Amino acid sequence: MVNIAVLVKQVPDTNSKIQISGDRVDLSSVKMDISPYDEFAVENALLHKESSGGTVTAITVGSAGADKVLKGVKALGVDNIVRLDYDGFMDSNGLQSILAEEITAGGYDIVYCGKSAADTGAGSTGPGIAERLGWGSVSNATEVKFADGLTVSYPTEGGDAIVSVNLPAVVSCDKGSIKVRKSNVKGIMMAKRAQVDVKAVSPPSPSVTVVSQVMPPAKPAGKKFEGGSSAQTVAQLLRDEANII
Amino acid sequence: MTETIVIAELSKGEISITTNELVSAANLLGTNCTIVVPCADSTIADKAGKISGVSKVIAAKSTVFSNYDAAAWAEAIDSVAPAGIVVTAASAQSKDLAARLAARRSISVIQDVIAIEGGNLSTPIYSGKAIQNVSVSGNSVISVRANVFAPAEDSGNCEVQVIDTTGNVTTALKEMVQRASERLDVSEANIIISGGRGMGTPANFTHLEEIADKLGAAVGASRAAVDTWDEIPHSMQVGQTGKTVNPNLYIAVGISGAIQHLAGMRSSKYIVAINKDADAPIFQHADYGIVATWEDALPVLSSSLANLMA
Repeated sequence: MVNIAVLVKQVPDTNSKIQISGDRVDLSSVKMDISPYDEFAVENALLHKESSGGTVTAITVGSAGADKVLKGVKALGVDNIVRLDYDGFMDSNGLQSILAEEITAGGYDIVYCGKSAADTGAGSTGPGIAERLGWGSVSNATEVKFADGLTVSYPTEGGDAIVSVNLPAVVSCDKGSIKVRKSNVKGIMMAKRAQVDVKAVSPPSPSVTVVSQVMPPAKPAGKKFEGGSSAQTVAQLLRDEANII
Repeated sequence: MTETIVIAELSKGEISITTNELVSAANLLGTNCTIVVPCADSTIADKAGKISGVSKVIAAKSTVFSNYDAAAWAEAIDSVAPAGIVVTAASAQSKDLAARLAARRSISVIQDVIAIEGGNLSTPIYSGKAIQNVSVSGNSVISVRANVFAPAEDSGNCEVQVIDTTGNVTTALKEMVQRASERLDVSEANIIISGGRGMGTPANFTHLEEIADKLGAAVGASRAAVDTWDEIPHSMQVGQTGKTVNPNLYIAVGISGAIQHLAGMRSSKYIVAINKDADAPIFQHADYGIVATWEDALPVLSSSLANLMA
């Protein structure tokens, strides 16, 4: 029986347009959803449970608005849903501290998470909590097999590395070849009634301060040509103007 | 000012030019730059001694550096690196290591830094749809994107100090599966040519490959192409749910320029767009736009490049 945790995060839908109001991103009219790579983490967690037996607990950090993501994964077959209740800004040190504490308290054997969240794109949480827990970790996993510990594949400069890792461990998941399951009506109904286990947390004060959030600088207008033969002009510009060729 | 520590970026067992860029970034953040070179054979560290603007080079020598293991690398590097602001590259492996090093020292990590100005660090958020500027008090670990800072010159002369180190390995490499193609991965390439659904069929990607081989480029794809055709693997996908790339040249062929895709490639230095739809959003981001079908434009591009490079 394996005690499995999966970390999920609510982020703006990746197709949404990001707008700035003042010097901060304004997410008030943006549709929120589970971060895409977290879906692969959830799928691997559920496959692990089906292979080895055990329970899967999904953990998120946020305010009550993030319960939607927990209910969504509950509908897919996750057993328990936990929200670490916090609404303010946390730096990586703060976030990893409270998650590592929760994972220690829950007695988990393995933690799955997405390779990075679609908002920060940092990818620090998986390896960061593994380090705090003194566990092994593999990041950017494209395939996970569950016999005799874990066998995990991930891309490297020299090809795809296939490594074995003993539990406890943290695996951060990339898309790979697995297809994620969809929820059915029964699952959704059950998830509606499910209780979110809400826990208070007190992260260490941040050493990082957000100064501002701004739009990326606009690019000066480029040159536009008509017709396939203009590719010759462009090739010439790539050499003479851009100095690339 | 704070001491800085650059973790040398390696490519194919050698110190790569990215390391020179990291030194430039480090010297904007503090003083007394130390380069730590993770190595099994300390002779590779000699190259680091030639980089200008460096006050110390430590060859961290250990057998654990023969294969990547996040836990062992973090432990072995941490034990030889002085306290200060640690600077790494923002490759997948180095970001993983950066997060480990920061956690080990109970400090914060700032990933994918694209600018350093007046003590503030800029990082892309929402895959580059916005930029976040942060300030950090005290020490931190910072990963820096490639192709952002001008590389420091190779006119230095710094002695290399070899220090033996070690760490606890938590993973065992069972097998390294070589990629089927010799071509570079999009995350490693300085030039990328990508195709979208406008390519019509996955078989037409051979026309992109032909140009890629001329340029030493990688071939990428839009999410639409990856989702539509099984032959186009996710490893080629550039965009918010694929890879974020930052090459010198990005050529987008038959790609309309969905927000999702732009998020993954908009910071490329030069962007060429080939699309038959003159109103395609990709043209707003292109330095050079060609309104034409790929059937018309690619043969001309291919032969023109061949002539220029001959």
